[in-house]
Amino acid sequence: MSEHGMGASVRRKEDYRFLTGNGHYLDDMVRPRQTFACFVRSPHAHAKIRGIDTSSAASAPGVIGIFTGKDLEADGVGPLICGWGITDKNGEPHKAPAHPALATDEVRHVGDQLAVVIAETLEQARDGAELVSVDYEELPAVVLPKNAMDASSPLVHADVPNNLCYDWELGDKAATEAAFSNAAHVTSIDIVNNRLVPNAIEPRAAIGEYDAGSENLTLYTTSQNPHVARLVLSAFNGIAPEHKLRVIAPDVGGGFGSKIFIYAEETVCLWAARKVRRPVKWTASRSEAFQTDAHGRDHVTHAELAMDADGKFLGLRVNTIANMGAYLSTFATCVPSYLYATLLAGQYTTPAIYCDVQAVFTNTTPVDALRGAGRPEATYVIERLVETAAKETGVAPSELRRRNMVAADAYPYQTPVIMQYDCGNYGASLDEAMRIADHTGFAARKAEAQSRGKLRGIGFSAYIEACGIAPSAAVGSLGAGVGLWEAGQIRFNPTGNVTVFTGSHSHGQGHETTFAQIISERLGVPFENIDVVHGDTDKVMFGMGTYGSRSAAVGGSALVKAADKIIEKGRKIAAHILEASEDDIEFADGNFTVAGTDKAMNIGEVAFAAYVPHNYPEGLEPGLNETAVYDPLNFSFPAGTHICEVEIDPDTGAVEIVNYTAVDDFGTVINPMIVAGQVQGGVAHGVGQALHEGCNYDENGQLITGSFMDYSMPRADNTPSVDIGYTSVPSPSNPLGVKGCGEAGAIAAPAATINAVVDALWDLGVHDIAMPATAHKIWQSIRAAKAAA
Amino acid sequence: MYDFEYQRPASLADAITALKSAEDGKLLAGGHTLIPTLKQRLARPSDLIDLSGIAELRGIKSEGGTITVGATTSHAEVTESDAVKSAIPALAELAGMIGDPQVRHCGTIGGSIANNDPAADYPGALLGLGATIVTDSREITADDFFLGLFETALEETEIITAVKFPVPQAANYQKFAQPASRFSLVGAFVAKTGGGVRVAITGAGQEGVFRVPEMEAALSANFSPDAISGITVSDGNLNTDIHASAEYRAHLIGVMVGRAVTACG
Repeated sequence: MSEHGMGASVRRKEDYRFLTGNGHYLDDMVRPRQTFACFVRSPHAHAKIRGIDTSSAASAPGVIGIFTGKDLEADGVGPLICGWGITDKNGEPHKAPAHPALATDEVRHVGDQLAVVIAETLEQARDGAELVSVDYEELPAVVLPKNAMDASSPLVHADVPNNLCYDWELGDKAATEAAFSNAAHVTSIDIVNNRLVPNAIEPRAAIGEYDAGSENLTLYTTSQNPHVARLVLSAFNGIAPEHKLRVIAPDVGGGFGSKIFIYAEETVCLWAARKVRRPVKWTASRSEAFQTDAHGRDHVTHAELAMDADGKFLGLRVNTIANMGAYLSTFATCVPSYLYATLLAGQYTTPAIYCDVQAVFTNTTPVDALRGAGRPEATYVIERLVETAAKETGVAPSELRRRNMVAADAYPYQTPVIMQYDCGNYGASLDEAMRIADHTGFAARKAEAQSRGKLRGIGFSAYIEACGIAPSAAVGSLGAGVGLWEAGQIRFNPTGNVTVFTGSHSHGQGHETTFAQIISERLGVPFENIDVVHGDTDKVMFGMGTYGSRSAAVGGSALVKAADKIIEKGRKIAAHILEASEDDIEFADGNFTVAGTDKAMNIGEVAFAAYVPHNYPEGLEPGLNETAVYDPLNFSFPAGTHICEVEIDPDTGAVEIVNYTAVDDFGTVINPMIVAGQVQGGVAHGVGQALHEGCNYDENGQLITGSFMDYSMPRADNTPSVDIGYTSVPSPSNPLGVKGCGEAGAIAAPAATINAVVDALWDLGVHDIAMPATAHKIWQSIRAAKAAA
Repeated sequence: MYDFEYQRPASLADAITALKSAEDGKLLAGGHTLIPTLKQRLARPSDLIDLSGIAELRGIKSEGGTITVGATTSHAEVTESDAVKSAIPALAELAGMIGDPQVRHCGTIGGSIANNDPAADYPGALLGLGATIVTDSREITADDFFLGLFETALEETEIITAVKFPVPQAANYQKFAQPASRFSLVGAFVAKTGGGVRVAITGAGQEGVFRVPEMEAALSANFSPDAISGITVSDGNLNTDIHASAEYRAHLIGVMVGRAVTACG
């Protein structure tokens, strides 16, 4: 392994600028003559807009423009879209109620925006927004997904009966029913997958800018996928044709999915820039982020597992009500359907699976993909069910899992729910996790904890996810409105250094380092001579962006293909100059060599020859600059076992995670340090969901957890230091053999953590606990169990 | 934030004059409650009178069995003070549990107690130790100072100058933090003094910090956790919110007071 090649823990080259305050974040940007936008937002969860009076705001100092939804309509600006069509049980398309960027007739959640005030300064914009007078007629609100379909519940959209966006199913219902009728044991659970607020460290922000000379529009925005934003803003919102619109996503401070979507504020800032003929800037306050960033999860699920007398899984039956919030966010529909139910086989050979999902509207912030997106919810269903089944049947949880795992020699393995797993070795991950976690020593540790008055528990989560999203034809057949390939370009400059362009977007992932490592390894160019460019639609050919742990598998693979083209062209140039046959040219470590001789040129010399083609192959284009697009063959399937060990103080209910082990199969690992960081961060996210985070609305739809004073984030002192191991089976579905690592922790950790908490409390009679399992909730559960005993 | 006049007087006398002459003046100490309130446009004072330029309000003195902490002394200064650490280690520890390092280097004792947030830590120490609040015009005992939610005995234009803490025989503070804000969900301050045991609870009460006379009597007779095992604080006056029911808070009071007694040794 070279110092900067594949497999080396290279320090992240971007960190120096981030840590020294030299990053280029959006709120730091100052455009000439920029103005500031402030949005007028609904304080009500549901209300009719009787009137909007902007007259006093219009005459306030510094106010340049005030716009409402009617202005957008008059200009032909289309509503916000949802880009994935779901076909329901009856063959009907999902309900897609209108989602205007500025509400016109009704507001449907607290924070719903209905007007924008643009002023010389931010304070003047806020002053103006306060002066906009809105006449609301309050309407009743529906908040909880489990109540949404009740006949007595108010309708979020008058044209969507029962608040039902879709009633969708996957799997063989009859076969599953038959499996249950033959079962020796059935385990059933009712679980809630708690609603989460994404809380990227950098709030969303945008600057729209119009150039009257060229008639070009530019949107600077905190996006995970600037090209998709341009496509949607152009093709659907109709703000400008794609060739007149540039979208730039500079350094972006985290996304976790929440910056995939095309939101109202960014759309309005871009449109308004042309109206006021000046740049329009908006940065979300943290309160706005809580109210308007698409939230995650929010499922209510009943699930049943049928087993035979030997503990073999026969069938799985799952019903889920998924909260969409008040409107459909950009990819909301696919999260509780194709990103969820398709993973319900987990690591197991369950032959019959049936899942139906009712996606419902409520008067809450829209819900969409958040780190893991559907796969954490699926893993939580399966792994809570399996753990409970083990407890009920008296089989060790590890043993029950092992009996049902897909065997290491069974690939490709076709599940009953669409996915075909390409490779894996789940037993190896389980064994390695148990070894690292010293599972055999647990009984002694539990006894020792008991002597101190503490309750100790251990929990497993054997997860699988589908990453490397995704083969375009496959997702197209399932309703996706886009292809999910990725583009890459490698441009040698005449002096031999390299600029790499990728359609992936780095907002914390470290692509500037890992992609440079891939190129350094493949082309033998020194790491420090490679720069990675991303996040600008005028620089990069196209890109589908970063989400679903896809960047290495799809974006990285596009660069491998581009590198292959560079080598092919370089071979022609070298053969000509070295006066050899092209077939005799070998390429290794950055050198083109005539086989069996010491005649060689390095790739920098070849690049120079390509740009100064004095001695050059006839008919070959000068320059060394290759573009490639990669459309993956299949998803990749990272999998592994996480083991969490907790200690509970029964006097207070407080939980401490005393050990946390993560053994993952991510396929080929490009940079172990960055991967370990992703595991650690993902586990923090998952532990956050399990023990701390919970987004709450009151019965009127007011957001109770609207700030960090009440929304509890995982912090350094309650986040475990993860013991990390790998059992890598390289993916056959992409040329790098990578699988993706960004979401695994968030997918695996909730079930591992809750299984550990329940294990600690099982003997007291506590057999389930809802997330987040706070000290308060654990204390209440212990007390209720004692009272019932 | 709305516009206001900013003043930074150099003496207490100037601060009083500024406060009295302002239409709706607010004193700015560490600003950890006031500045967020202003940023959210929830307050609109005419003047902000910054106390950070007044040297006489800052610092820690130890004399004759009393620790005197100046009103604008930061939490970090209290937690790091050798005088406090040797005389009343529980006070130094409590100050070290407030917020995070940034908060502790800005937030001040005077600002905290003048605000009297029901979940703040300092009111527990003042009431538990039987401290005296010194203002520009008088001295007020902690028992008379904390009147209710965000309410104190301070007059409109009165300025806290210092807090005087009598040195106890032993003291300890046990804090069970609200998981999101890390304010106290229940904070129990127990002090063993010549005049008997004092028990003050912060974070839990609907009216802010309060004493628990039954526990004080029991502990004065027998300073051991067993002495309070049968005593429950009624949950009738305790807070219920998304983080804890009144019942849970009542239970935690027993647990935290017991732990504080044990820690007093």
